[in-house]
Amino acid sequence: MTLLQVLYLSKHFTVHHLQRQVPAFDRLSFDVGEGEFVLVAGPNGVGKSTLLRCLYRTYLPTAGQALYDSRHGVIDLATAADVDILHLRREEIGHVTQFLRARPRVSALDFVAEPLLSNASPQRGEVGWGGASASHAQAADLLAAFGLKRELWDAYPTTFSGGEQQKVNLAHALIAPRRLLLLDEPTASLDVLARAALVERLAQLKAKGVAMIGVFHHAEDVRHLVDKEIVLTTDHRRLPMESVVPGLPSVAGNGHAGGTFSVAQ
Amino acid sequence: MATFVEPPIPLKEEQRSAPILVTAQPVLQVRGLVKRYGPKIVAVDHVDIEAYPGEVLGIVGESGSGKSTVLRLLNLEEQPDAGEYRLNVARSHVQTCERVNLLALDRPARREVRMFHIGIVYQNPHLGLRMRNTSSGNVAERLIMAGERNYGKLREAARVSLAASEFPLGRMDDPPSQLSGGMQQRVQLAKAIALKPALLLLDEPTTGLDVSVQALVLDTLKRLQRETGVTMVIVSHDLGVIRMLADRVMVMRHGRVVERGLTDQVLEDPQDPYTQQLVHAKL
Repeated sequence: MTLLQVLYLSKHFTVHHLQRQVPAFDRLSFDVGEGEFVLVAGPNGVGKSTLLRCLYRTYLPTAGQALYDSRHGVIDLATAADVDILHLRREEIGHVTQFLRARPRVSALDFVAEPLLSNASPQRGEVGWGGASASHAQAADLLAAFGLKRELWDAYPTTFSGGEQQKVNLAHALIAPRRLLLLDEPTASLDVLARAALVERLAQLKAKGVAMIGVFHHAEDVRHLVDKEIVLTTDHRRLPMESVVPGLPSVAGNGHAGGTFSVAQ
Repeated sequence: MATFVEPPIPLKEEQRSAPILVTAQPVLQVRGLVKRYGPKIVAVDHVDIEAYPGEVLGIVGESGSGKSTVLRLLNLEEQPDAGEYRLNVARSHVQTCERVNLLALDRPARREVRMFHIGIVYQNPHLGLRMRNTSSGNVAERLIMAGERNYGKLREAARVSLAASEFPLGRMDDPPSQLSGGMQQRVQLAKAIALKPALLLLDEPTTGLDVSVQALVLDTLKRLQRETGVTMVIVSHDLGVIRMLADRVMVMRHGRVVERGLTDQVLEDPQDPYTQQLVHAKL
């Protein structure tokens, strides 16, 4: 079943003090099904992370649609109300980045458990605090799986090394159940064991039907999980769509010959 | 050979749809708020605000942008020149203020709404506290105003509220004048939440505190928000504070809202020229 259908999605940054438009990607179309793993490939600076951020709405898409089949109906991520996006971030869509945004004086365990606590929305009459011990047990399991030393669990991640921070970051990002995960180089700065643990975790999630769109520096790590690959290229800084969504008119031949975007099934 | 590709027709802020997944009504709804000082100065110029249950809304802008004035208007401290202001609270012990334009209420009714449904923490603790009364007395004052007379109950309620603000209870009978800045803010917070308001207003609550204390106070606010689901509006010029606390943010300049959006989007992909300057000016 199609979970996300991206249609002619474009992102241009308008830099006002330069009075310039900086294009990132143009008229991108693809779709992602439940349990499907889509690898986004291409050289540096081609807009891979930008694509993920547009889908998470950290960046505002410039044009196009991203139709997401949420539990409560289809919604266009490109134009959805901010509060709806917040709801989806709490309940359905996760963004896994390579940067930890820990808060000072919050322990690793507390930080990792947090998404579970704030998931218990008071609107639904649940009290977040009640489930604290169960959340901490899950957090501990996940930290153990990623190989963070037990003596660090109660310490503040702001003081950790880059690799250890990344383990905390991944545990934080993957603890709550999600239907769609946007993975932005999650293996960067991880050691071999932690990388294996992450890939294992992603495989489990995929088996459960979680859809993933990922950018990976070491693509060979996840090669066996990949169902579909999207290759972005910098040619002319624009990326005309090839007809990849069945039933949709192709825009190729619209003066945009020399397609710079392709999908390998 | 490289031909310039027409940029796609951009999606404007106005093109963002109305909420369809979130069906709850906003707790706070403000339309067309205007506040003038004298004939020339428009401090707040047709501002609309919406905040949903359990949400933290940030308001950022430079000094003089009107952000603190907005907060004072939301606290019903001042009367605006125009606008509508509604709080959807399902609470029965006072008159229901649902669907009532609070700005049209008379003074005593406004005072009642302010007491029962709105809490505020000011940057300057002198505005919110009696510095020579005890801290517990400061918190109890709200409850006394609400009609509680039993000493034991007042003391217990003050204790609970101070504990929720993570105030060191051993010092609850010290006057704020003898407390550190961080502890003074915790007393203000305890007082603000004593009657479990629907709306908590924060005016630069951690500005002036040193960085480590600031982090602790912010953490208390975050925990409180998660536990109680209180809707918060926080005004700050510190984008780091806003990033840590706010779900959504509106950017004000010259009394107007120039941009609004998700906090991470406004800080990382600002659309308005002024917001771009503001974000890039951050050290």
